[in-house]
Amino acid sequence: MPAALLIPAGLGLLFIVLPLAGLLIRAPWTTLPQRLTEPGALTALRLSVQTATLATALCLLLGVPLAWVLARVEFPGRRLVRALVTVPLVLPPVVGGVALLLVFGRRGLLGGWLDSTFGVTLPFTTTGVVLAEAFVAMPFLVIAVEGALRAADHRFEEAAATLGASRWTTFTHVTLPLVAPGLAAGAVLCWARALGEFGATITFAGNYPGRTQTMPLAVYLALETDLESAIVLSLVLLVVSVGILVALRDRWMTTA
Amino acid sequence: MSDRLLDARLVVDRGVFRLDVPLRVAPGEVVALLGPNGAGKTTALRALAGLHPLTDGHVTLDDVDLDRPATGGWVPTERRSIGVVFQDYLLFPHLSALDNVAFGPRQHGVERRAARATARDWLGRVGLDAQAQRRPRQLSGGQAQRVALARALAVAPSLLLLDEPLAALDARTRLDTRAELHRHLSAHAGATVLVTHDPLDALALADRLVIVEGGRVVQEGDGPSVTARPRTDYVARLVGLNLYRGHADGHGVRVSPELTLTVADRLDGEAFVAFRPAAVALHPARPEGSPRNTWAGTVAGVQRHGDNVRVQLDGPIGVAADVTPAAAAQLRLIPGQRVWVAVKATETHAYPATG
Repeated sequence: MPAALLIPAGLGLLFIVLPLAGLLIRAPWTTLPQRLTEPGALTALRLSVQTATLATALCLLLGVPLAWVLARVEFPGRRLVRALVTVPLVLPPVVGGVALLLVFGRRGLLGGWLDSTFGVTLPFTTTGVVLAEAFVAMPFLVIAVEGALRAADHRFEEAAATLGASRWTTFTHVTLPLVAPGLAAGAVLCWARALGEFGATITFAGNYPGRTQTMPLAVYLALETDLESAIVLSLVLLVVSVGILVALRDRWMTTA
Repeated sequence: MSDRLLDARLVVDRGVFRLDVPLRVAPGEVVALLGPNGAGKTTALRALAGLHPLTDGHVTLDDVDLDRPATGGWVPTERRSIGVVFQDYLLFPHLSALDNVAFGPRQHGVERRAARATARDWLGRVGLDAQAQRRPRQLSGGQAQRVALARALAVAPSLLLLDEPLAALDARTRLDTRAELHRHLSAHAGATVLVTHDPLDALALADRLVIVEGGRVVQEGDGPSVTARPRTDYVARLVGLNLYRGHADGHGVRVSPELTLTVADRLDGEAFVAFRPAAVALHPARPEGSPRNTWAGTVAGVQRHGDNVRVQLDGPIGVAADVTPAAAAQLRLIPGQRVWVAVKATETHAYPATG
């Protein structure tokens, strides 16, 4: 085995593992339980879980039909639509936040109208956090579900039709169960991305404890005032990430 | 009309390929669409099911137009009174055998408990009570085929469609399943159309054969008439006969410029001559006497065929001959070898090519 490959490979691995190890080494293990149950940490954690879950629900509601259209309906410009859906994947999240402000902000394209007609204000609210997270996380769900739909044999849907099932019943009773594993994986991935969202959230929803301050925002803030608290919060996010990796290992690590 | 539950002319254009198959099926009748791969059989079946729209023609079931492009008549698949057994069954993998069979009745508005009772009854009829709770992947090929049949029949369809119903089974299972399938098809009160490329399946299961080649019907009739009087090379090969078309003049049929076959039947005009490969005798030298047809041929190929040896011969007409291994050894049959071919007039069967 050539050293020219082995050495950079080893360095690469170290580069990934070392910071994670650092997090574990510097963790204040003795005061950990106490710090975890501090009101600030708990509030941020609860808000994060709630908003990530709501964002995932929103992504499922809108993203599954979008994935179905992309996978099953032939229409001109489908490639363009698919490309548009993946834009949030590569867009810097902070840009996404700015874009959301321009549309849903008080003086935004839709925000002004929402405010004057329904009295609904989105920026700098918990709903705003959900929107920002959904914006960034939706592509993960759409891509996963579209892939699952493409891989599923559409002739099962024909078989359902021959048995008298309407398009809708076929979708709910045949198509969705067939893509359930892909759907679950997409939802978990989407949830994980929403949980870690930072840039779009802080831009669009701000950083108000209890209302818009999610875990990543709390970590960033704690870094300036209380390093140990930041480490503890980071550890929690690390545990969640590893948990997701373990949950999905069968789907993504089968080559090992 | 009671004598034609299904009345259809299936016209489907697919690029350069055009399917044009008229089809009429009476209640209780089983019709097999038999043809080589790519003949358009599956397209015909999909058109009947509404999974592929017609370009022209019509599908009329029980006097209702399901598809008639000329008038815009169209009934979507889910509202047709049909049942389909797909080639690879397409049992829903996330449902038990019971729920697969209950799926159709449920969609037809039957309440859950009653649908399950119907499904249980059907699984019983195909002998699968014990497998009711199994998932499709826990079923053997033969069991899956029976569940697929039960699922299609559980909605009491006017038209039952089967696409290569036995093709996915191994030889042993196929034999048992064929007999059982025949029993269920005979009991089905509606019309049945099955598609197959296997003549044995078609002969065993169907009352009438419709032979499709290149999108057209080339021959139609019950099993005995089709096997006795093939009209195309494809059918002749299916039933294992040598078949020639020529011009008849009394007892002679001119099948090639150099060869006129003497036949037992007497007829005039365009005619077919058919005879079995076993009726062909091979000789090292020109045989003397007896009213035989003889000509010189060249061995093109030699293959085992059951207990015998099948010899393909070139000459004025190409012919297949079945000889015993002993005779093959004695004649030292190798490709390129010249032999004399003889067929007795009484072994031939000649019939008009028209009508």
